[in-house]
Amino acid sequence: MPSTTSSTTPLKRGLRASRRQSLADPAFRWFLTLTGLSVLLVLAWMIVSTTSQAWPVFEKEGFNLFFSSEWNPGNARDGTIQGTYGGFQFLYGTIVSAALAMAFALPLAIGIALYLTQLAPKRIARPLTYAVDLLAAVPSIIYGLWGSLFVVPMLLPFMNWMSQKLGPWLPMFEGPVRVRNLFVTSLVLGIMVLPITSAVIREVFAQVPRDERLAGFGLGATRWEVMRHVVVARSKAGIIGGSMLGLGRALGETIAVLLIIGGNPRSEFRLFNTSQTVASQIAAAFKEASPEYIRALVALGVALFLVTIIVNVIARLVVSRLGHVTGDAAL
Amino acid sequence: MSDDALGQVQLDHRSLLLRSEKATKRARIDRFWRTILLLAVGVALVPLASILGVTIYRGAGAINLNFLTENPPFSSGVEGGGYAPAIFGSIYMTGLAILMSLPLGIFAAVFLVEYKRSRLAGPIRFFTDVMTGVPSVFVGLFIFSSLVVDADLFFGTVPGAAALAVLMLPIIVRSSEEVLRLVPQDLRNGAFGLGLRRWQMITRVVLPAAAPGLATASMLAVARGMGETAPLLFTALGARQIVTSATGTPQGALPLQILDEGRQALPAAVERAWAGSLTLMVLVLLFTVGARLLAARSNVSSLS
Repeated sequence: MPSTTSSTTPLKRGLRASRRQSLADPAFRWFLTLTGLSVLLVLAWMIVSTTSQAWPVFEKEGFNLFFSSEWNPGNARDGTIQGTYGGFQFLYGTIVSAALAMAFALPLAIGIALYLTQLAPKRIARPLTYAVDLLAAVPSIIYGLWGSLFVVPMLLPFMNWMSQKLGPWLPMFEGPVRVRNLFVTSLVLGIMVLPITSAVIREVFAQVPRDERLAGFGLGATRWEVMRHVVVARSKAGIIGGSMLGLGRALGETIAVLLIIGGNPRSEFRLFNTSQTVASQIAAAFKEASPEYIRALVALGVALFLVTIIVNVIARLVVSRLGHVTGDAAL
Repeated sequence: MSDDALGQVQLDHRSLLLRSEKATKRARIDRFWRTILLLAVGVALVPLASILGVTIYRGAGAINLNFLTENPPFSSGVEGGGYAPAIFGSIYMTGLAILMSLPLGIFAAVFLVEYKRSRLAGPIRFFTDVMTGVPSVFVGLFIFSSLVVDADLFFGTVPGAAALAVLMLPIIVRSSEEVLRLVPQDLRNGAFGLGLRRWQMITRVVLPAAAPGLATASMLAVARGMGETAPLLFTALGARQIVTSATGTPQGALPLQILDEGRQALPAAVERAWAGSLTLMVLVLLFTVGARLLAARSNVSSLS
């Protein structure tokens, strides 16, 4: 700056912003910050609103809501809780069906990710990736309809055969084989969570440095050996993160499960028998529920939310260290 | 070169071709696993093909113009009738939902990209990611207890749309963020160089440059919202005639109607459920594939 004492030359005055203009930027920033915060606000509101709705049930049942299996809905309309609400059998169904679903989906997801990132030529890899991601776009009601009206009749002979051969030896295969059962539910759930699981795993596999893979080949390793000892070995965290994200989805899935699982909860592990999950119980019972019962269903919902949110937070913490996962299957 | 030396060379050469038994075995293992991996992809494509095939096959037999324009019959066992109220309700609620969530979601994404040094950006991004994993049934319960009960709105269009909006919000934020990040830094620097303020740079340069990508993001969100059933169970409830009022009357939706009739043992009802599924699938795929095509055609990074 030249040392002019008469500081306001015409040019300089022109450059100085009017008061309103100089406020525009901070105001805009505040506005954007608020919209960003609204996401957190919605999440907080979710928790507060549902928890307060369900509070009488939490107060009465305490931990019995999670650890007792006594489920006798009451009919009170005055805000009191007269029934007994022990949701253990639903939580059990949720965890078992989701775990089974991951047992189906995880090996498949790893296989798909390996093939698409390591083996497939680019020309084939791209449409195949689209196709797998398309599984995420199919609405869950269509999965439910497909599962209950197409997959069940198709697999029924196979399930009968399994039950006859293995039933006497392993109680989990014991009959009777029901049309609505845990096995088909988990199978369909596994297919539903395949896109997100394989999308995350694909992303971490693609991040394995080229040099390390080439070094593996340089040492004389075959393609499989490089995949096994370099690619997979390096990506354990991503595989865990991806499968937990899938698990989170499987825990919360409602409509497909509602249509396939049968609705009768059961506390022993029978693959070919009916079961019920927390989510499907909420959806199944809501329409005919008394105001008191609805509070109990909301309480079950809060329990489900807590479980999925814990799984998701851990998964996101694992995955976010690995970089941003892109693509619409990851949503 | 003497014959002797030549023989030596050839011998060495042959020794390179010799493979130990172990190498053959390793090659076989390699081939085996590569086949297994190819099979894994095949196994994943079977359900996709099967779902699409079965829905088209079962749905195409039952769908016709009447199905798209008529009300469902009073009794589910009767043949004929259609899903017009459900289709109308789905479009109505999804439209309202996108109006609610799109502005909020895009501005939140702008915040995450343009003010990434803010201390709030990290937590907001993280919890948006977490929010994509919130079970949709829980979102339904949330809107039920907050709007339907506490705000006394009763079941209807607005609560249903609000539930869909809550589900769409994190999807829009996440995919818009990806798009905005692709806008070249040079464009921003150029805008600053011309003397634009930050808010002018964002509204006049960054957002227009990202517009096609943002359209893609919103189409993906629409596709997701349209297929949701669980949150509507407790908020829209379902209807058998066309409902135009925003609140006070339960509203129908395609997935709700399919759920209602797909569970019944009546052939006529199941028939309609399949036709409804085909309609829903076409709508959802239209938006999903449309979003892809739009994204492929207008690559934001090609602006630089």
